[in-house]
Amino acid sequence: MPRKVAPRAGAGQKVVRIAAGQGFWGDWPEAPVRQVRGGPIDYLMMDYLAEVTMSIMQKQKGRDPRMGYARDFPQVMERILPDIAARGIRVTSNAGGVNPRGCADAVLDAARRLGLGGRIRVGLVTGDDILDRLDELIGRGHEMRDMDTGRPLSDIRDRVLSANAYIGMAPIVKALDGGADVVVTGRVTDTGLTLGPLVHEFGWSAENWDLIAAGTVAGHIIECGAQCSGGNLLRDWRKVKGMEDPGFPIVEASADGTFVVTKHAGTGGVVNVPSVTEQLVYEMGDPHTYITPDGTADFTSIRLAPAGRDRVRVSGIAGGPRTPMLKVSIAYFYGYKAVGTLVYSWPDAYEKAREADRILRARLAGLGLEFEQILTEYVGANATHGLLAGPPDPDAPEVQLRIGVRGADRPAVERFTREIAPLVLTGPPSVTGFAGGRPQVEEIVAYWPALIDRREIEPHVRVEILEA
Amino acid sequence: MPVKKSSATALLQLRYLAHARSGDKGDTANVGLIALEPAFYPILVREVTRVRVARHFRGMVKAVERFELPNLSALNFLLHGALDGGGTLSLKTDAQGKVYSTALLRMEVPVPTALARRLRAAGPP
Repeated sequence: MPRKVAPRAGAGQKVVRIAAGQGFWGDWPEAPVRQVRGGPIDYLMMDYLAEVTMSIMQKQKGRDPRMGYARDFPQVMERILPDIAARGIRVTSNAGGVNPRGCADAVLDAARRLGLGGRIRVGLVTGDDILDRLDELIGRGHEMRDMDTGRPLSDIRDRVLSANAYIGMAPIVKALDGGADVVVTGRVTDTGLTLGPLVHEFGWSAENWDLIAAGTVAGHIIECGAQCSGGNLLRDWRKVKGMEDPGFPIVEASADGTFVVTKHAGTGGVVNVPSVTEQLVYEMGDPHTYITPDGTADFTSIRLAPAGRDRVRVSGIAGGPRTPMLKVSIAYFYGYKAVGTLVYSWPDAYEKAREADRILRARLAGLGLEFEQILTEYVGANATHGLLAGPPDPDAPEVQLRIGVRGADRPAVERFTREIAPLVLTGPPSVTGFAGGRPQVEEIVAYWPALIDRREIEPHVRVEILEA
Repeated sequence: MPVKKSSATALLQLRYLAHARSGDKGDTANVGLIALEPAFYPILVREVTRVRVARHFRGMVKAVERFELPNLSALNFLLHGALDGGGTLSLKTDAQGKVYSTALLRMEVPVPTALARRLRAAGPP
């Protein structure tokens, strides 16, 4: 099938339009559909993975080996594959999680159901999953120390549930070069999903660090979906209109590494310098070196300028070489937790909640239950800003007592969950809000960030082109 | 709008001078603090120091780092040990540090009295 030639703007300047369709696993299901149908785009970029997402997917795969990916992805693809096939739009997504092959198969099945057999090619990227290689890697001296605590991975080896290296844009470029319409990956970086199509389209050198940084920044701006186009925008939030139909962001990129951030005409939200700036600083570390597998980006070089209604021009981006190490995302079983809540009403709402907390803690101690931590918050008084919220309002209409425990001992956490409801008849008065029943005991899957020599990973990364 | 130098100063909440967004990396929260007008950026650089932010979040965070982004009229703060273990470990409502942004905007900084009066009269943005 002939590819659609990317639209041109101005004097022969090729522009590639990459639309963000999902900012996280669980984002608005209509977004990808509206991105595809709401105006011209060349690529749809769908980011599903956050730090803890891989471990959730690993849990699901443990229960059913066919699972372990974002099931919403093949579902939404089933809705939009006919549009994509008709218009030559291509899709990049890390929805594959810990089972990219299962995810790719589900997309191919959807294509066949739609009668698109022979018309859809799926690029499958594997090799990021190193769970089965951990012992071999540790045995050869790769300690994979926790980047925060410095502890070696061997300390928790027997509790590891998933282990994936963050890989960059290279396999996506290869899949697109090979003719894939939909590229499904595991733990490819959020930014690689945008950078890959740009490198493919413009033929950028993987070592032109400024261009690599530019594509990375473009990816960073749109990887959280509408969070750069009016969603969660603090500045002038009342002036953000039309969020019942939020416009998800689109990058219009040029070969020189400059780009415009915008959204489809007629959609809600706003793209302006403040909205893009808020997203740029989101989850930022040292702004001089934003590290990805593909290179580093210097966020202090970024220039933003208004370029018309809902358009921001981004330029000036400088970058540096990739590092010899790749980040590894490891999830391991940590223990158990549970959180219970009760609501106390005026008068003296906060005081009543405090007294209930005192009683509960004394009962837990009396039962000899031990926890790694007990945390009490008073929602409506100081749960989000702590001491900075000042003294609680003695006249508050209500306060929610929110008490959580964490520990290694499941029976102790179970017993805690049976100590919340009794407070209703055995504690301070005017209490309500317990209709949800007993709190659930949750297994805690914790995150272990580490580094590994990229030469251990890259030779294992594979790209396959599968036909529907 | 130029900010005139004056010996007379008044304390003003940062919400009149800046907007902000925060996020997490493990047990560290970051807050990007962005000047509402480029003219306010030098005030942020001068007054919202690493030490003062650490004092502001006393008892809530373990250590603070600050970075400057003059190109965005923004400062970036890393608040280490802010998330009660962070990620899935944390029992906090704000386990991912999403609202440390507005917690920082509660901070008061000295600004010229005339500026404080003008911004207060206009109301918080």
